[in-house]
Amino acid sequence: MKFLAVILAIVRKDVRGETRTKEILSSMSVFSILVLLVFNFTVHVGREGWLNLGPGILWSAFVFAGTLGLNRSFAIERENQCLLGLMLAPVDRTAIYFGKLISNVLFMIAAEVLVIPLFLVFFNIGIFSELSVGELIRFIFIVLIGTIGYAAVGTIIAAVAANTNMREVLLPVLLLPLTIPLVIAAAEATRIVFLNDPAESPWAWIQILLVFATVFTTISWMTFNYVVEE
Amino acid sequence: MTIPVFEARQLVKRFGRSAALKEVNLTVHADETLVLFGHNGAGKTTLLYIASMLMLPSSGEVRYNGFLPSEYGPEIRRDIGLVSHQSFLYPDLTVVENLKLYAQLYSLSSGCVDEALERSSLTARRDAAVKSLSRGTLQRLTIARALLHEPKLLLLDEPYTGLDPFAANQLSDRLIGLKNKHRALILTTHDLNRGLAIADRVAVLERGRIIFAGGAKEGTSTYRERLFKVMNQA
Repeated sequence: MKFLAVILAIVRKDVRGETRTKEILSSMSVFSILVLLVFNFTVHVGREGWLNLGPGILWSAFVFAGTLGLNRSFAIERENQCLLGLMLAPVDRTAIYFGKLISNVLFMIAAEVLVIPLFLVFFNIGIFSELSVGELIRFIFIVLIGTIGYAAVGTIIAAVAANTNMREVLLPVLLLPLTIPLVIAAAEATRIVFLNDPAESPWAWIQILLVFATVFTTISWMTFNYVVEE
Repeated sequence: MTIPVFEARQLVKRFGRSAALKEVNLTVHADETLVLFGHNGAGKTTLLYIASMLMLPSSGEVRYNGFLPSEYGPEIRRDIGLVSHQSFLYPDLTVVENLKLYAQLYSLSSGCVDEALERSSLTARRDAAVKSLSRGTLQRLTIARALLHEPKLLLLDEPYTGLDPFAANQLSDRLIGLKNKHRALILTTHDLNRGLAIADRVAVLERGRIIFAGGAKEGTSTYRERLFKVMNQA
Protein backbone atom coordinates (compact mmCIF):
# COMPACT_ATOMS: atom_id res chain seq x y z
CA MET A 1 0.00 0.00 0.00
CA LYS A 2 2.83 2.34 1.00
CA PHE A 3 4.68 1.26 -2.15
CA LEU A 4 1.70 2.24 -4.31
CA ALA A 5 1.26 5.53 -2.44
CA VAL A 6 4.88 6.48 -3.21
CA ILE A 7 4.44 5.54 -6.90
CA LEU A 8 1.32 7.70 -7.07
CA ALA A 9 3.02 10.59 -5.26
CA ILE A 10 5.86 10.56 -7.82
CA VAL A 11 3.46 10.38 -10.78
CA ARG A 12 1.34 13.20 -9.36
CA LYS A 13 4.44 15.32 -8.78
CA ASP A 14 5.67 14.75 -12.36
CA VAL A 15 2.29 15.48 -13.94
CA ARG A 16 1.85 18.62 -11.81
CA GLY A 17 5.31 19.87 -12.79
CA GLU A 18 4.69 19.12 -16.46
CA THR A 19 1.34 20.92 -16.51
CA ARG A 20 3.24 24.03 -15.37
CA THR A 21 6.30 23.86 -17.61
CA LYS A 22 5.05 21.73 -20.56
CA GLU A 23 8.72 21.13 -21.37
CA ILE A 24 8.52 17.37 -21.96
CA LEU A 25 5.31 17.32 -23.96
CA SER A 26 6.14 20.29 -26.16
CA SER A 27 9.64 19.06 -27.05
CA MET A 28 8.42 15.53 -27.80
CA SER A 29 5.43 16.65 -29.88
CA VAL A 30 7.31 19.27 -31.90
CA PHE A 31 10.13 16.83 -32.67
CA SER A 32 7.73 14.06 -33.74
CA ILE A 33 5.72 16.41 -35.95
CA LEU A 34 8.92 17.70 -37.59
CA VAL A 35 10.00 14.14 -38.41
CA LEU A 36 6.61 13.39 -39.99
CA LEU A 37 6.68 16.68 -41.93
CA VAL A 38 10.16 16.07 -43.33
CA PHE A 39 9.30 12.56 -44.51
CA ASN A 40 5.96 13.68 -45.88
CA PHE A 41 7.58 16.32 -48.09
CA THR A 42 10.73 14.47 -49.10
CA VAL A 43 9.65 10.89 -49.74
CA HIS A 44 7.49 10.30 -52.80
CA VAL A 45 6.00 6.84 -52.96
CA GLY A 46 2.55 5.60 -53.84
CA ARG A 47 -0.16 4.84 -51.33
CA GLU A 48 1.01 1.23 -50.91
CA GLY A 49 4.50 2.59 -50.30
CA TRP A 50 3.24 4.88 -47.54
CA LEU A 51 1.46 2.02 -45.81
CA ASN A 52 4.75 0.11 -45.85
CA LEU A 53 6.99 3.05 -44.89
CA GLY A 54 4.68 4.98 -42.60
CA PRO A 55 4.86 2.73 -39.51
CA GLY A 56 8.68 2.81 -39.55
CA ILE A 57 8.62 6.61 -39.78
CA LEU A 58 6.00 6.82 -37.03
CA TRP A 59 8.00 4.61 -34.64
CA SER A 60 11.24 6.43 -35.42
CA ALA A 61 9.50 9.66 -34.46
CA PHE A 62 8.19 8.09 -31.22
CA VAL A 63 11.58 6.66 -30.30
CA PHE A 64 13.65 9.80 -30.87
CA ALA A 65 11.03 12.02 -29.27
CA GLY A 66 10.87 9.55 -26.36
CA THR A 67 14.61 9.99 -25.82
CA LEU A 68 14.09 13.74 -25.50
CA GLY A 69 11.30 13.17 -22.98
CA LEU A 70 13.34 10.70 -20.92
CA ASN A 71 16.29 13.07 -20.80
CA ARG A 72 14.07 15.89 -19.54
CA SER A 73 12.26 13.60 -17.11
CA PHE A 74 15.53 12.84 -15.28
CA ALA A 75 16.87 16.38 -15.71
CA ILE A 76 14.04 17.38 -13.34
CA GLU A 77 15.33 14.87 -10.80
CA ARG A 78 18.92 16.12 -11.20
CA GLU A 79 17.92 19.71 -10.48
CA ASN A 80 18.57 20.31 -6.77
CA GLN A 81 19.46 16.57 -6.63
CA CYS A 82 15.81 15.72 -6.08
CA LEU A 83 16.43 12.07 -6.93
CA LEU A 84 18.47 11.80 -3.72
CA GLY A 85 15.50 13.23 -1.83
CA LEU A 86 13.31 10.45 -3.23
CA MET A 87 15.98 7.87 -2.36
CA LEU A 88 15.87 8.93 1.28
CA ALA A 89 12.23 7.84 1.50
CA PRO A 90 11.59 4.81 3.74
CA VAL A 91 10.28 2.59 0.98
CA ASP A 92 11.68 0.09 -1.51
CA ARG A 93 13.50 2.26 -4.06
CA THR A 94 11.96 0.42 -6.98
CA ALA A 95 8.86 2.53 -6.22
CA ILE A 96 10.85 5.44 -7.69
CA TYR A 97 11.45 3.41 -10.85
CA PHE A 98 7.78 2.55 -11.28
CA GLY A 99 6.72 6.12 -10.51
CA LYS A 100 9.09 7.51 -13.14
CA LEU A 101 8.11 4.72 -15.59
CA ILE A 102 4.40 5.55 -15.30
CA SER A 103 5.12 9.27 -15.70
CA ASN A 104 7.24 8.63 -18.78
CA VAL A 105 4.58 6.36 -20.31
CA LEU A 106 1.91 9.01 -19.67
CA PHE A 107 3.99 11.77 -21.28
CA MET A 108 4.83 9.60 -24.27
CA ILE A 109 1.18 8.62 -24.75
CA ALA A 110 0.12 12.27 -24.50
CA ALA A 111 2.61 13.15 -27.25
CA GLU A 112 1.46 10.16 -29.33
CA VAL A 113 -2.18 11.23 -29.03
CA LEU A 114 -1.17 14.53 -30.63
CA VAL A 115 1.08 12.99 -33.26
CA ILE A 116 -0.96 9.98 -34.49
CA PRO A 117 -3.87 12.02 -35.99
CA LEU A 118 -1.32 14.18 -37.85
CA PHE A 119 0.44 11.04 -39.08
CA LEU A 120 -2.87 9.68 -40.42
CA VAL A 121 -3.57 12.98 -42.18
CA PHE A 122 -0.04 13.36 -43.62
CA PHE A 123 0.05 9.81 -44.92
CA ASN A 124 -3.59 9.81 -45.99
CA ILE A 125 -4.70 6.83 -43.91
CA GLY A 126 -8.41 6.81 -43.14
CA ILE A 127 -8.41 5.26 -39.71
CA PHE A 128 -12.18 4.79 -39.50
CA SER A 129 -12.88 4.06 -43.16
CA GLU A 130 -9.98 1.67 -43.78
CA LEU A 131 -9.46 0.00 -40.40
CA SER A 132 -12.03 -2.19 -38.69
CA VAL A 133 -12.72 -1.79 -34.97
CA GLY A 134 -10.58 -4.88 -34.28
CA GLU A 135 -7.67 -3.47 -36.26
CA LEU A 136 -8.03 -0.13 -34.54
CA ILE A 137 -7.88 -1.84 -31.15
CA ARG A 138 -4.82 -3.80 -32.30
CA PHE A 139 -3.13 -0.58 -33.41
CA ILE A 140 -3.84 1.08 -30.05
CA PHE A 141 -2.57 -2.04 -28.24
CA ILE A 142 0.65 -2.05 -30.30
CA VAL A 143 1.26 1.64 -29.55
CA LEU A 144 0.57 1.06 -25.85
CA ILE A 145 2.82 -2.02 -25.44
CA GLY A 146 5.55 -0.50 -27.60
CA THR A 147 5.48 2.68 -25.49
CA ILE A 148 5.59 0.73 -22.21
CA GLY A 149 8.49 -1.42 -23.45
CA TYR A 150 10.42 1.62 -24.65
CA ALA A 151 9.80 3.55 -21.42
CA ALA A 152 10.74 0.48 -19.30
CA VAL A 153 14.24 0.37 -20.81
CA GLY A 154 14.46 4.14 -21.19
CA THR A 155 13.69 4.86 -17.54
CA ILE A 156 16.48 2.64 -16.19
CA ILE A 157 19.00 3.84 -18.81
CA ALA A 158 18.06 7.46 -18.09
CA ALA A 159 18.65 6.77 -14.38
CA VAL A 160 22.10 5.36 -15.23
CA ALA A 161 22.92 8.27 -17.55
CA ALA A 162 21.66 10.86 -15.06
CA ASN A 163 24.69 10.22 -12.81
CA THR A 164 27.25 10.74 -15.57
CA ASN A 165 28.78 13.84 -17.14
CA MET A 166 27.91 12.70 -20.68
CA ARG A 167 24.24 12.09 -19.89
CA GLU A 168 22.75 13.75 -23.00
CA VAL A 169 24.94 11.61 -25.26
CA LEU A 170 24.95 8.47 -23.17
CA LEU A 171 21.17 8.03 -23.07
CA PRO A 172 20.60 7.63 -26.85
CA VAL A 173 23.89 5.74 -27.28
CA LEU A 174 22.84 3.11 -24.73
CA LEU A 175 19.11 3.16 -25.33
CA LEU A 176 18.72 3.05 -29.11
CA PRO A 177 20.68 -0.17 -29.74
CA LEU A 178 18.82 -1.88 -26.90
CA THR A 179 15.44 -0.94 -28.31
CA ILE A 180 16.09 -2.03 -31.92
CA PRO A 181 14.11 -5.29 -31.48
CA LEU A 182 11.21 -3.33 -29.99
CA VAL A 183 11.17 -0.74 -32.77
CA ILE A 184 11.32 -3.40 -35.49
CA ALA A 185 8.54 -5.44 -33.86
CA ALA A 186 6.34 -2.38 -33.29
CA ALA A 187 6.85 -1.04 -36.82
CA GLU A 188 6.20 -4.46 -38.39
CA ALA A 189 3.07 -5.08 -36.31
CA THR A 190 1.75 -1.60 -37.20
CA ARG A 191 2.51 -2.15 -40.89
CA ILE A 192 0.60 -5.44 -40.95
CA VAL A 193 -2.40 -3.81 -39.24
CA PHE A 194 -2.38 -0.91 -41.76
CA LEU A 195 -1.96 -3.18 -44.80
CA ASN A 196 -4.81 -5.33 -43.57
CA ASP A 197 -3.48 -8.33 -45.47
CA PRO A 198 -5.23 -11.55 -44.35
CA ALA A 199 -2.09 -13.52 -45.27
CA GLU A 200 -0.08 -11.82 -42.51
CA SER A 201 -0.74 -11.74 -38.79
CA PRO A 202 0.75 -9.15 -36.42
CA TRP A 203 0.56 -11.48 -33.40
CA ALA A 204 4.11 -12.81 -33.65
CA TRP A 205 5.39 -9.21 -33.54
CA ILE A 206 2.98 -8.30 -30.75
CA GLN A 207 4.28 -11.27 -28.74
CA ILE A 208 7.84 -9.97 -29.18
CA LEU A 209 6.64 -6.58 -27.90
CA LEU A 210 5.01 -8.20 -24.88
CA VAL A 211 8.09 -10.29 -24.07
CA PHE A 212 10.34 -7.24 -24.49
CA ALA A 213 8.20 -5.09 -22.18
CA THR A 214 7.93 -7.85 -19.54
CA VAL A 215 11.62 -8.80 -19.59
CA PHE A 216 12.93 -5.24 -19.42
CA THR A 217 10.45 -4.15 -16.75
CA THR A 218 11.53 -7.13 -14.63
CA ILE A 219 15.27 -6.52 -15.18
CA SER A 220 14.85 -2.83 -14.39
CA TRP A 221 12.83 -3.62 -11.26
CA MET A 222 15.59 -5.98 -10.08
CA THR A 223 18.50 -3.65 -10.82
CA PHE A 224 17.19 -0.14 -10.14
CA ASN A 225 18.31 -0.13 -6.52
CA TYR A 226 21.93 -0.90 -7.50
CA VAL A 227 21.83 1.61 -10.35
CA VAL A 228 20.81 4.57 -8.18
CA GLU A 229 22.77 3.64 -5.07
CA GLU A 230 26.20 4.25 -6.61
CA MET B 1 26.45 2.05 27.87
CA THR B 2 23.72 3.15 25.45
CA ILE B 3 23.65 2.00 21.84
CA PRO B 4 24.71 4.86 19.54
CA VAL B 5 22.16 6.25 17.12
CA PHE B 6 24.86 6.14 14.45
CA GLU B 7 28.10 4.20 14.44
CA ALA B 8 30.76 3.93 11.72
CA ARG B 9 33.46 1.29 12.04
CA GLN B 10 36.59 1.27 9.90
CA LEU B 11 34.72 3.08 7.15
CA VAL B 12 36.49 3.25 3.79
CA LYS B 13 35.13 4.81 0.61
CA ARG B 14 37.07 4.69 -2.62
CA PHE B 15 36.30 6.43 -5.89
CA GLY B 16 38.47 4.63 -8.40
CA ARG B 17 42.01 4.75 -7.02
CA SER B 18 41.52 7.61 -4.58
CA ALA B 19 40.11 7.02 -1.12
CA ALA B 20 37.65 9.64 0.11
CA LEU B 21 37.40 8.03 3.55
CA LYS B 22 40.12 6.01 5.27
CA GLU B 23 39.20 3.83 8.24
CA VAL B 24 36.85 6.33 9.84
CA ASN B 25 35.42 5.41 13.24
CA LEU B 26 32.62 7.53 14.61
CA THR B 27 29.72 7.28 17.04
CA VAL B 28 26.89 9.67 17.80
CA HIS B 29 24.40 9.12 20.60
CA ALA B 30 20.90 10.49 21.14
CA ASP B 31 20.82 14.08 22.45
CA GLU B 32 24.28 14.63 21.07
CA THR B 33 25.55 17.04 18.43
CA LEU B 34 28.74 16.13 16.64
CA VAL B 35 30.30 18.85 14.51
CA LEU B 36 32.69 17.72 11.80
CA PHE B 37 35.22 20.28 10.68
CA GLY B 38 37.33 19.91 7.60
CA HIS B 39 38.53 21.62 4.46
CA ASN B 40 36.97 21.10 1.03
CA GLY B 41 37.58 17.56 -0.16
CA ALA B 42 38.23 16.24 3.34
CA GLY B 43 35.46 13.66 2.96
CA LYS B 44 32.70 15.30 5.01
CA THR B 45 30.00 15.07 2.34
CA THR B 46 30.97 11.47 1.50
CA LEU B 47 30.68 10.56 5.17
CA LEU B 48 27.23 12.15 5.41
CA TYR B 49 26.06 10.47 2.19
CA ILE B 50 27.08 7.10 3.61
CA ALA B 51 25.44 7.96 6.94
CA SER B 52 22.23 8.86 5.09
CA MET B 53 22.37 5.57 3.12
CA LEU B 54 22.63 7.37 -0.20
CA MET B 55 26.02 5.79 -0.80
CA LEU B 56 27.53 2.42 0.06
CA PRO B 57 30.92 2.24 1.78
CA SER B 58 33.72 0.36 -0.01
CA SER B 59 34.48 -1.43 3.24
CA GLY B 60 33.73 -1.09 6.91
CA GLU B 61 30.37 -1.01 8.59
CA VAL B 62 27.69 1.45 9.62
CA ARG B 63 25.01 0.73 12.20
CA TYR B 64 21.95 2.65 13.27
CA ASN B 65 20.80 1.93 16.82
CA GLY B 66 22.76 -1.29 16.41
CA PHE B 67 20.98 -2.33 13.21
CA LEU B 68 22.61 -2.93 9.86
CA PRO B 69 21.23 -1.00 6.84
CA SER B 70 21.44 -4.11 4.67
CA GLU B 71 18.78 -5.75 6.86
CA TYR B 72 16.55 -2.81 7.78
CA GLY B 73 17.07 -0.28 4.98
CA PRO B 74 13.62 1.37 4.72
CA GLU B 75 13.03 1.24 8.51
CA ILE B 76 16.36 2.96 9.19
CA ARG B 77 15.79 5.58 6.47
CA ARG B 78 12.56 6.50 8.25
CA ASP B 79 14.70 7.91 11.08
CA ILE B 80 17.23 9.85 8.99
CA GLY B 81 16.95 13.47 7.88
CA LEU B 82 19.49 15.03 5.55
CA VAL B 83 20.19 18.68 4.76
CA SER B 84 22.65 18.59 1.89
CA HIS B 85 24.31 21.25 -0.28
CA GLN B 86 21.26 20.86 -2.51
CA SER B 87 17.72 21.34 -1.30
CA PHE B 88 16.15 18.15 -2.81
CA LEU B 89 13.16 20.39 -3.64
CA TYR B 90 11.43 20.67 -7.01
CA PRO B 91 11.81 24.27 -8.27
CA ASP B 92 8.58 24.29 -10.31
CA LEU B 93 6.43 23.10 -7.41
CA THR B 94 5.30 25.36 -4.60
CA VAL B 95 6.52 25.23 -1.01
CA VAL B 96 3.44 23.36 0.19
CA GLU B 97 3.44 20.96 -2.79
CA ASN B 98 7.05 20.00 -2.07
CA LEU B 99 6.35 19.36 1.59
CA LYS B 100 3.18 17.40 0.74
CA LEU B 101 5.21 15.22 -1.61
CA TYR B 102 7.69 14.42 1.17
CA ALA B 103 4.82 13.86 3.59
CA GLN B 104 3.42 11.26 1.15
CA LEU B 105 6.82 9.61 0.78
CA TYR B 106 7.01 9.22 4.57
CA SER B 107 3.30 8.28 4.95
CA LEU B 108 2.57 11.37 7.04
CA SER B 109 -0.71 13.24 7.35
CA SER B 110 -1.10 16.57 5.55
CA GLY B 111 -1.58 18.19 8.98
CA CYS B 112 2.12 17.85 9.68
CA VAL B 113 2.84 19.94 6.58
CA ASP B 114 0.92 22.88 8.04
CA GLU B 115 2.75 22.43 11.36
CA ALA B 116 6.10 22.33 9.58
CA LEU B 117 5.25 25.51 7.66
CA GLU B 118 4.30 27.25 10.86
CA ARG B 119 7.39 26.08 12.77
CA SER B 120 9.60 27.35 9.94
CA SER B 121 7.68 30.65 9.55
CA LEU B 122 6.86 29.74 5.97
CA THR B 123 3.06 29.82 6.10
CA ALA B 124 2.95 33.13 4.20
CA ARG B 125 5.09 31.64 1.41
CA ARG B 126 3.23 28.32 1.16
CA ASP B 127 2.03 28.92 -2.41
CA ALA B 128 5.27 30.43 -3.68
CA ALA B 129 7.24 28.41 -6.24
CA VAL B 130 10.46 27.06 -4.77
CA LYS B 131 12.45 28.66 -7.61
CA SER B 132 11.30 32.10 -6.42
CA LEU B 133 12.64 31.72 -2.85
CA SER B 134 15.71 33.51 -1.50
CA ARG B 135 18.68 31.43 -0.28
CA GLY B 136 17.75 31.94 3.36
CA THR B 137 14.09 31.00 2.87
CA LEU B 138 15.10 28.01 0.76
CA GLN B 139 17.39 26.83 3.54
CA ARG B 140 14.54 27.15 6.05
CA LEU B 141 12.35 25.08 3.75
CA THR B 142 15.12 22.52 3.27
CA ILE B 143 15.40 22.08 7.02
CA ALA B 144 11.60 21.88 7.31
CA ARG B 145 11.70 19.14 4.64
CA ALA B 146 14.41 17.23 6.51
CA LEU B 147 12.57 17.51 9.84
CA LEU B 148 9.10 16.75 8.50
CA HIS B 149 9.20 13.12 9.63
CA GLU B 150 10.95 13.98 12.93
CA PRO B 151 14.12 11.97 12.29
CA LYS B 152 16.21 10.59 15.15
CA LEU B 153 19.40 11.28 13.20
CA LEU B 154 19.71 14.66 11.51
CA LEU B 155 22.63 15.17 9.13
CA LEU B 156 23.50 18.70 8.04
CA ASP B 157 26.13 19.27 5.38
CA GLU B 158 27.50 22.80 5.59
CA PRO B 159 24.09 24.37 6.24
CA TYR B 160 25.55 27.89 6.55
CA THR B 161 26.82 28.01 2.97
CA GLY B 162 25.52 31.03 1.07
CA LEU B 163 23.66 32.51 4.02
CA ASP B 164 24.14 36.14 5.10
CA PRO B 165 25.05 36.68 8.80
CA PHE B 166 21.43 37.37 9.78
CA ALA B 167 20.14 34.19 8.11
CA ALA B 168 23.09 32.23 9.55
CA ASN B 169 22.23 33.46 13.06
CA GLN B 170 18.61 32.44 12.53
CA LEU B 171 19.76 29.00 11.40
CA SER B 172 22.01 28.65 14.47
CA ASP B 173 19.06 29.48 16.72
CA ARG B 174 16.94 26.90 14.89
CA LEU B 175 19.63 24.23 15.24
CA ILE B 176 20.09 24.95 18.95
CA GLY B 177 16.30 24.57 19.26
CA LEU B 178 16.56 21.13 17.66
CA LYS B 179 19.03 19.84 20.21
CA ASN B 180 18.17 17.62 23.14
CA LYS B 181 14.94 16.19 21.73
CA HIS B 182 16.26 12.66 21.81
CA ARG B 183 17.81 13.44 18.48
CA ALA B 184 21.39 13.00 17.26
CA LEU B 185 22.85 15.68 15.01
CA ILE B 186 25.90 15.49 12.77
CA LEU B 187 26.81 18.83 11.25
CA THR B 188 29.69 19.64 8.94
CA THR B 189 30.99 23.17 8.60
CA HIS B 190 34.07 25.28 7.92
CA ASP B 191 32.91 27.84 10.45
CA LEU B 192 34.65 27.02 13.75
CA ASN B 193 32.81 29.59 15.84
CA ARG B 194 29.33 28.60 14.69
CA GLY B 195 30.20 24.91 14.86
CA LEU B 196 31.56 25.13 18.39
CA ALA B 197 28.51 27.10 19.52
CA ILE B 198 26.22 24.13 19.00
CA ALA B 199 28.63 21.16 19.30
CA ASP B 200 28.74 18.62 22.11
CA ARG B 201 31.64 16.86 20.42
CA VAL B 202 33.83 17.84 17.51
CA ALA B 203 35.99 15.96 15.02
CA VAL B 204 38.33 17.18 12.32
CA LEU B 205 38.38 15.28 9.07
CA GLU B 206 41.34 15.68 6.75
CA ARG B 207 42.00 13.74 3.56
CA GLY B 208 39.54 11.08 4.63
CA ARG B 209 40.92 10.54 8.14
CA ILE B 210 39.72 11.80 11.48
CA ILE B 211 42.80 13.58 12.77
CA PHE B 212 41.26 15.11 15.86
CA ALA B 213 38.28 14.31 18.07
CA GLY B 214 37.22 15.78 21.38
CA GLY B 215 34.45 17.22 23.51
CA ALA B 216 33.30 20.76 22.73
CA LYS B 217 32.42 21.53 26.34
CA GLU B 218 36.06 21.97 27.15
CA GLY B 219 35.34 25.25 25.36
CA THR B 220 38.15 27.34 26.73
CA SER B 221 40.14 29.70 24.58
CA THR B 222 43.05 27.23 24.79
CA TYR B 223 40.88 24.51 23.40
CA ARG B 224 39.71 26.73 20.56
CA GLU B 225 43.28 27.71 19.81
CA ARG B 226 44.23 24.05 19.66
CA LEU B 227 41.37 23.31 17.29
CA PHE B 228 42.27 26.27 15.08
CA LYS B 229 45.86 25.00 15.06
CA VAL B 230 44.77 21.49 14.03
CA MET B 231 42.58 22.94 11.30
CA ASN B 232 45.37 25.17 10.03
CA GLN B 233 47.93 22.39 10.08
CA ALA B 234 45.65 20.06 8.16
